[in-house]
Amino acid sequence: MQIRCPLCGLRDVREFTIKGHAIALSRPAPDAGDEAWNAYLHLRENPAGVTTELWHHTAGCGAWLKVTRNTITHEILKVALVRDGVERTDAD
Amino acid sequence: MASLTALTPAQDLTPITIGGVTLSEEVPEAIAALMPYAGQTKALSAALKEAHGLALPGPNRMTKSDSHRATWSGLDQAFLIGPPPASELATHSAVVDQSDAWVVLTLEGKGVEDVLARLTPIDLRGGSFKRGHAARSLLGHMNAVFARDAVDRITIMVFRSMAQTAVHELEEAMKGVAARASAN
Amino acid sequence: MRIDGKGLIDRSRPVSFRFDGRSYGGFEGDTLASALLANGVRLMGRSFKYHRPRGVLTAGSEEPNALMEIGKGAGKTPNVRATVQEVFEGLEARSQNRIGPLNRDLLAVNDLFSPFLSAGFYYKTFMWPRKFWEGLYEPIIRRAAGLGALSGKPDPGRYEKAFAFCDILVIGGGPTGLMAALTAARGGAEVILAEDSAAFGGRLLSETEEVDGKPGAVWVGEMLDALAETGKVRLMPRTTITGAYDGGTYGALERVGLHRPATPDLPLECLWRIQAKQAVLAAGALERPIAFPMNDRPGIMMASAVRSYLNRYGVAPGQKITLFATNDDAHQTALDLIGAGVEVAAVVDSRAEATAQGDYQLFAGGQVITTKGRHALTNVTIRHSGAETQIDTDCLAMSGGWNPTVHLTCHMGARPVWDEALKAFLPAASAIPGLTPAGACAGTYDTASCLTAGIEAAKSALKALELKAPDIAPPSASDQTGTSQTLWYVEGKGRAWLDFANDVTTKDVKLSAQEGYRSVEHMKRYTTQGMAPDQGKNSNISALALLADATGRGIPETGTTTYRPPYVPISISAMAAGAQGKGFQPERFTTSHSASTARGAPMIEAGLWYRPSYFPAQGETTWREACDREVTMVREAVGICDVSTLGKIDIQGPDASAFLDFVYTNMFSTLKPGRVRYGLMLREDGHVMDDGTTARLSDSHYVMTTTTAAAGQVMTHLEFVSQALRPDLDVRFISVTEQWAQFAVAGPRSRELLNSILDTPIDDETWPFMSCGPISVHGIPGRLFRISFSGEHAYEIAVPARYGDALYRDLVARAETMGGGAYGMEALNVLRIEKGFITHSEIHGRVTAFDIGMERMISAKKDCIGKTAAARPGLVEPERELLVGLKPIGTVKQLTAGAHLFAPEAAPTRENDEGYVTSVGFSPTFGTYLGLGFLVNGRARHGETVKHVDHLRGVETLCEVCDPVFFDPEGGRTRG
Repeated sequence: MQIRCPLCGLRDVREFTIKGHAIALSRPAPDAGDEAWNAYLHLRENPAGVTTELWHHTAGCGAWLKVTRNTITHEILKVALVRDGVERTDAD
Repeated sequence: MASLTALTPAQDLTPITIGGVTLSEEVPEAIAALMPYAGQTKALSAALKEAHGLALPGPNRMTKSDSHRATWSGLDQAFLIGPPPASELATHSAVVDQSDAWVVLTLEGKGVEDVLARLTPIDLRGGSFKRGHAARSLLGHMNAVFARDAVDRITIMVFRSMAQTAVHELEEAMKGVAARASAN
Repeated sequence: MRIDGKGLIDRSRPVSFRFDGRSYGGFEGDTLASALLANGVRLMGRSFKYHRPRGVLTAGSEEPNALMEIGKGAGKTPNVRATVQEVFEGLEARSQNRIGPLNRDLLAVNDLFSPFLSAGFYYKTFMWPRKFWEGLYEPIIRRAAGLGALSGKPDPGRYEKAFAFCDILVIGGGPTGLMAALTAARGGAEVILAEDSAAFGGRLLSETEEVDGKPGAVWVGEMLDALAETGKVRLMPRTTITGAYDGGTYGALERVGLHRPATPDLPLECLWRIQAKQAVLAAGALERPIAFPMNDRPGIMMASAVRSYLNRYGVAPGQKITLFATNDDAHQTALDLIGAGVEVAAVVDSRAEATAQGDYQLFAGGQVITTKGRHALTNVTIRHSGAETQIDTDCLAMSGGWNPTVHLTCHMGARPVWDEALKAFLPAASAIPGLTPAGACAGTYDTASCLTAGIEAAKSALKALELKAPDIAPPSASDQTGTSQTLWYVEGKGRAWLDFANDVTTKDVKLSAQEGYRSVEHMKRYTTQGMAPDQGKNSNISALALLADATGRGIPETGTTTYRPPYVPISISAMAAGAQGKGFQPERFTTSHSASTARGAPMIEAGLWYRPSYFPAQGETTWREACDREVTMVREAVGICDVSTLGKIDIQGPDASAFLDFVYTNMFSTLKPGRVRYGLMLREDGHVMDDGTTARLSDSHYVMTTTTAAAGQVMTHLEFVSQALRPDLDVRFISVTEQWAQFAVAGPRSRELLNSILDTPIDDETWPFMSCGPISVHGIPGRLFRISFSGEHAYEIAVPARYGDALYRDLVARAETMGGGAYGMEALNVLRIEKGFITHSEIHGRVTAFDIGMERMISAKKDCIGKTAAARPGLVEPERELLVGLKPIGTVKQLTAGAHLFAPEAAPTRENDEGYVTSVGFSPTFGTYLGLGFLVNGRARHGETVKHVDHLRGVETLCEVCDPVFFDPEGGRTRG
């Protein structure tokens, strides 16, 4: 498996570590209640098909990546820097 | 007053020449990690130009001046290698001394790519990884920074504590590659 | 028998080798199989189950029979295919799976019992008595069945793993692959051309046909020159592509040094991971055997193999050869043999309409119905026009048509598609993204069409790469394929083998269907068909065709079993390449390593780091003596310990304080510059992740320390929080673990020692407990932290790592003059247990801040990672197992980590479990063992007695429960 890191380019999967579903990005407010926190911490979809996951480029640039991939075909549809949702300050 | 003797990370481990490839240790005067603060990338690059004559490298690149080179080393991070950095850089960037944190090895000679192909899962062929290119990847199991500063020369940085392993792994790879060449 | 003037190998380079202890001659370029055949050796092995005599069936990597042990001693390799192994001077080969000499194998008695040994025999027979299985049946069966044996010693050979990259990978160096490679290279692509065999050319090396008006081998030579001229093709001979994986990744096994005498440093094999943007599969096809009765004798082989031996190696595999075929293509075998002066006894063609293409006796519409010959074939019986005829022959070449080599196209889950016209399975469309099958593997059999297919496949790969296709015309070649008939098996008396390697016959497949194992996957497992080293390359299609017949279904409905990587067997050594010895994992050495080993300290692993366990002094015979002395030394004078392995993270930026407030439970924004604070870090689920001290060097600059064990995890966590949860915070951080050599200087005389080396002396007023700042030591700028993990007045001094060795030696030497010295991990552990300081033995992942008595460290004034979850009911209840101290009070004075805690009168069983012990050490300070552990409602039970039981080590004792801080609970010594 290969992941195209937006910074480093196409890289072997051995350079990455998976954290799991991208729901980890949606941290509830402290007072969001038990249900929201339970869902955030423990409940995960396990779709046969397209899913979005977080991968860390551990042996590369250190960036956290949001990877959209198909668990059936193993096709990787999209890779984005997690941080890009907010700002982007990489050197040009 | 007694003084303290400095040892290099790969003290007495190099140089090693096997086949046409030589592994040696480079001991830069200083290595500084530059990590520009939010929105300060351009300003840092300008300050670098002003102070040391080179631009901040973008991802997978290195830049050079007469006195320094700067190697991209990760998200929002580059290593400035050469004399200690000018203090003005700290206006735009976290500046962290890394001078003693890395062993800097250079692998030089025809076929350095073949040696690294045994240890590194990225395409380091001359056409893909050209002079002035840099990359973060693995050397065996070790996180490493690679940069090609000449046609037949690639510098490899790994954590200082792993210098022995890095030299050992590279030496083994060099032996295998050289044995192939002489067997053919 | 070697034929003069035939073959492509170098007759000027003779080599001698040994087989089963006898010396033979061959030539460079020979395989072991061709050289043995040239010497008239037809018996090469014994079969797996029945121990039947076997000879070579094929001339390629699909060989099921001729498996041998190569080499001697530790480097011996079993199950090497004689058709793949090249001969070299001094090669040692042995036949395997026999007791006694190969021609008188004692286990051949199995063959007499074959009526009882059909599929399912073991399942049905060795059912009872049940206990007999492990003790009796299995060892006997294992001895009798099976192939070669391993040496049982570590393989001394060198193996390699390597990565390669290309634009277009061409798999197979036959006519299709050569044309594809040339087209791809001329189109500007970087090409890898991988060929299973030692030489490029594929079938062209084994045939007499011409390409471009020249002998095939000559054309191949010119193609290789043309490929070299492009400067864009990397030729990889002896390289089998073993698997196709996601994202254009291909596995490949290269035989680097297996074909030559042992050469220093030369790898035997290299396992490649090839990353290709596009690929052309030109894997060819494998000839299909025919399952006729007694078709397994030495001397019976594939017709294409006979042509390979004759035309490529110059060897006639027999002196009087018979051909049994179902197609026109195979008749070429007879023509080539006659052309080389070898006698052709007869050609038996199952097609009634077949006609002779040369001067040989043809039995059209005939079939071979049985064979004879004890150790090798002596004659065959054919049925023809209603009559049976015996023909004396020492070699039978068979051909049941061709099976395209579709294997790689199935590695990502696609199933091959049955082509009714070709009577063959072909690759499914788009089976592997980016891979185009071409030539025989795609069902294109004639050479002219293969050459064109190679060009076209390369052009489509070039197009996908947005490269311009070159103008290349295919050379002239034969466009004849002739006709073919399908004949999977021949009815008759006696066993007809499908899977030679696993001794599976047509009867076994029929039995499988009869007993209800009708699915092809069930049939495979019931009969073991296709499960041998050749993975059914010679038998899968015929077996499923037979199953289709036996179950009254068609072939497409029956389907194939799953094709999985690897395409050929891969040695475990090749898979493990690079990970043996020091390659297993990096070794991390501190700057004090050589000073520690010079003092005789045994080093222990802490993650990847090596740290000194203890420092034996003269006269000490046990580690405990050293440890006790080192602990006392720190309590009474001063000790030195390298603590550089703790993670150190430099954190800077306008929002550094806010960032730390968010990742730590307690406040860091309120910490004054020049001060240090202990911090507790939680996971988002409310459990403790790590702890450590963080120093504030200036308003926007901190240095965090982590435990040695969690340094990497914490760094990744900080990166996640910074990038994913709080990208609004302007903060930058980097590990400085390796930058600083840091040493603990601990004990009542620590300041005195430091003041002997610091350029500016320190005192209690300027350097109170938990202060930090820059210092200068012997003129070298460093950092000093007044922190303590021992409970003593202590410091940690840090200098750039290049000075670590010198500073450590200096500190230890000075300490020794003060009644102190170096201390190791054992003493460090005792010192911290005496103080009740936790490590990852305690914060092991299931522990909350409440459990370790630190719930008040979760600040009420702010949010932080883990805060909400830590407050969940169930995580803050006294009934949880809480941190306590333990002192032995029973007759046994020992404690062990891992022991469990019970009420004194309770039976030590799981239901009565009340907790467990995490850390123990003998405290010379108290003269007793001390322990830390977790006990249900432990904080309220100080003073109670519990029973400590270690079932594993057989240690049982009573303990008093107490506060985890045994030593100096007020902390007066630390403040010094």
